[in-house]
Amino acid sequence: MVKRSLSFIHKAYIVFLKDLHVEFRSRYAVNAIFLFAITTLTAISFSIGPIRLRSEILAPLLWIILFFSSMSGLAHIFVREEEQQTADTLRLLTSPNSIFLGKWLFNIILLFSLEVLIIPVFLAMMGVQVDSPGTFLLIIFIGSIGLASVATLIAAIISQASAKGALFAVLSFPISLPVLISGIHGTQLAMDGGTFKEAISDIQILFSFSIVIVTLSLLLFEFIWRK
Amino acid sequence: MWTVKAQEISQKFNQRHIFEGISFEIQSGNSLVITGPNGSGKTTLIKIICQLLRPTSGHLIIKNEENQIDAHQIYPYLGLVGPYLQLYNNLSAFENYTFFARIRSLPVDMKYFRQLMAQLGLKGREFDELRTFSSGMLQRMKYVMAIMHKPRILILDEPTANLDEAGSEIVYGIMELQKKENILILATNEPEEVKFGEKKLVLHS
Repeated sequence: MVKRSLSFIHKAYIVFLKDLHVEFRSRYAVNAIFLFAITTLTAISFSIGPIRLRSEILAPLLWIILFFSSMSGLAHIFVREEEQQTADTLRLLTSPNSIFLGKWLFNIILLFSLEVLIIPVFLAMMGVQVDSPGTFLLIIFIGSIGLASVATLIAAIISQASAKGALFAVLSFPISLPVLISGIHGTQLAMDGGTFKEAISDIQILFSFSIVIVTLSLLLFEFIWRK
Repeated sequence: MWTVKAQEISQKFNQRHIFEGISFEIQSGNSLVITGPNGSGKTTLIKIICQLLRPTSGHLIIKNEENQIDAHQIYPYLGLVGPYLQLYNNLSAFENYTFFARIRSLPVDMKYFRQLMAQLGLKGREFDELRTFSSGMLQRMKYVMAIMHKPRILILDEPTANLDEAGSEIVYGIMELQKKENILILATNEPEEVKFGEKKLVLHS
């Protein structure tokens, strides 16, 4: 049993490494996400000008950038396999759950890389002072896992449809709402100096949501992945 | 002794029946050739045998002696070459081999890899990205990946598509070797290839 679990995780890691390798060569998803984020950030910065915004506006703006940037690139993880006709090859190599877990891990890492670059730029350009940086980082961290989990599941579904791009954002939005609502609220609290204790309900929602989505995905993925 | 047994397999897409009531049984040391006109469902049947597609009705049973192998355990025993099955073009031949070997829990053996590449006539291209390969070379690469784990069941859909005469001869050698001790299933209409099948299944459109 333990050996099987280890093998399943090890294979997920191999899928993750392969995706990282392929992405490193093509840079398709990375370019899409980063360019979208930078463009949005610049557009917002220009439209606001010298006005200093309050946290009630800044927190939603940050999450809107993160949400739409991730929507522009995270679907690629499955769409690429279908478009390049490597999906059947992958289907013949390992179990659906190893594939899901590997791709989920890849999307999380991709989203974290985006945040490492975008969040400091956002804070600097908007002149934001985060009074509770620990809580802020925790909210972003758990929220990103939730966002990447939704994106990976929906990417698997839409990769087999024809209007992939449009469907991805439309389907992901309602499912991502709990992440966006709690993420925005928690981020706003952290910006205003709210303590960890004050943000605990948001953290709990984000954490529970991620667990539920990943568990559901592991249960459902085989039916999505197998034709 | 391995067995692939199809029982009354039918497939329809929407309301269109592709085929109905297909049954066959094939064991190690034997080969099956599936023929039929375009649109008769050869590729669909191949995908069902590989468990890439669920049949609308009927059962496919794969057994090792008396132990039935379920869909989740079949990967290490199966090799497939088909026009709809592609490799990772952004990766080199060796990087593809490494991925396939690792995920199949095989050692990454450079000597064995070079030997396979030489067998398929791809010597010297081990570290080139697959996007620089011609369609014939890509077809040869698919064989490297399909036979590297010495599969119990080798399934070939249009085995010599895109291959020149030398490439076809290499593939015939692989087919001959496979059907000696293991199972070979191929879908083709080429008379040269049909003769490799000891059992023949003709699909009608």
